[in-house]
Amino acid sequence: MNLSVELAGVTLKNPVMTASGTFGSGEEYSEFVELGRLGAVVTKGVANVPWPGNPTPRIAETCGGMLNAIGLQNPGIDVFVKRDIPFLKQFDTKIVVNVCGKTTEDYVEVVERLSEEPVDLLEINISCPNVKEGGIAFGQSAEAAEAITRAVKERAKQPVIMKLSPNVTDIAEMARAVEAGGADAVSLINTLTGMKIDIHRRIFALANKTGGLSGPAIKPVAVRMVYQVAQAVGIPVIGMGGIRCAEDALEFILAGATAVSVGTANFHNPYVTTQIADGIREYMERYGVEDIRELIGSVK
Amino acid sequence: MKKKETAAVLSQECLAPGIYSMWLETGIAAYAKAGQFVSLYSRDGSRLLPRPLSLCETGKDRLRLVYRVAGAGTAEFSTLRAGDAVEILGPLGNGFPLEEAEGKRVFLIGGGIGVPPMLELAKRLSGEKTLVMGYRDSRMFLKKELEQAGPLFVATEDGSFGTRGNVLDAIRERGLSADVMFACGPAPMLRAIKAYAKEQGIPAWISMEERMACGIGACLGCVCKSKEVDSHSHVKNKRICKDGPVFLAEEVEL
Repeated sequence: MNLSVELAGVTLKNPVMTASGTFGSGEEYSEFVELGRLGAVVTKGVANVPWPGNPTPRIAETCGGMLNAIGLQNPGIDVFVKRDIPFLKQFDTKIVVNVCGKTTEDYVEVVERLSEEPVDLLEINISCPNVKEGGIAFGQSAEAAEAITRAVKERAKQPVIMKLSPNVTDIAEMARAVEAGGADAVSLINTLTGMKIDIHRRIFALANKTGGLSGPAIKPVAVRMVYQVAQAVGIPVIGMGGIRCAEDALEFILAGATAVSVGTANFHNPYVTTQIADGIREYMERYGVEDIRELIGSVK
Repeated sequence: MKKKETAAVLSQECLAPGIYSMWLETGIAAYAKAGQFVSLYSRDGSRLLPRPLSLCETGKDRLRLVYRVAGAGTAEFSTLRAGDAVEILGPLGNGFPLEEAEGKRVFLIGGGIGVPPMLELAKRLSGEKTLVMGYRDSRMFLKKELEQAGPLFVATEDGSFGTRGNVLDAIRERGLSADVMFACGPAPMLRAIKAYAKEQGIPAWISMEERMACGIGACLGCVCKSKEVDSHSHVKNKRICKDGPVFLAEEVEL
């Protein structure tokens, strides 16, 4: 039976990846899961310099989901290259580095710094709703998305995944724009912008007022968007948004995702990623599916 | 070694309005330290995030959580009965540094739902210790157990028992002193403890709290501002779940 999938020329042993920002660089979760059993580890976003992130509270639970406004706190590329990449290299998994920035130059600087590093894929975050400048500014206009993709692709040595925001009118248009800019793959969805108010204290639950909604509550929106994007572009689609079991992952795969990322579910169950990989295998055995590629996008 | 497992509820008791005591049977107890916490998971799938609860007492194969019902998640925990199962992750965080108390006179200070972790800490400290606990009123949960662990002074906000006011009012009124402080309680109390420690020129180790998601240091949700750069992001943001929850007061901003 074959569970391996190909993303822009990179072969993943199975389609299960981690969602950026929920899994650090894998170190904390390596106490719970064998990282070598994952298709890929997608790191938390890294910028050219350290970012302190937003004030607290950064987290609020909502019905069937959660809001976060971490604000992309990260140690910057210098520490990341020295510490996080060597850590991940110990494991037989693919390394996807999520890159964030405030300006085109910031993104390009990080991408260039990674060019000689043993990194398999780059994921460009143009969709974080929790930082005012950069990020989402590139992710809500098709022209800006295409331009940043082109700028990154010019310098990138590794294949480039563009991570899309669901906070747009037409996500298929955004996907077509990054494809036109040269993207090798797209990943979606990032979080949906949300808000929670503490009625007893009459304040916002998050210091940032708004945050990104993730978790099972957003899954139907994510499956719909993955389907729309898979219909609109020819490059591989990585699906995510509320996946917490193999059945959820399979919905995304049937909708057109070549691989899936698991995020918020890690907070509920630190063992969930490898359990999902096992569950996909069981599903294939049960239905006599020889190759996972038979499933990708098979519901039309 | 942290792990997530199914624990068996041994007992559940209401100690005061909204304050519950639950004993769990779990292998996690064997290597738990005073001042650490565990994450408890709801059985309701609409509540995804675990609730971090401090350890009140630990035994060989069991641990005690004394917690306040603060919302739907903790309300659900309070309905668990002996024989029920609950998913827990732990032990999490670093405990209180017992070695800092060696050969010294220690204050153990708890305020409100910060009282429970002081019980296990008091049991593990063999030296000279003074317990100072602050409560809202005379419903002083854990008072008997704490009295057995060392000399106890109480402050109540309404003055119905002990000193009227807070823990520092009790310390001043009774003329108490120590060489090192261990404290857990609400942020205003910790702020006052930090100021008092500075004024006295003694170290204060305080246990902090914040909204958490992962509980293991990956998501960066529960940071606090620190004087020194943190080991993770090098931006003076320490992770309460992993670098704490116990910090030297002068090292963190409150």
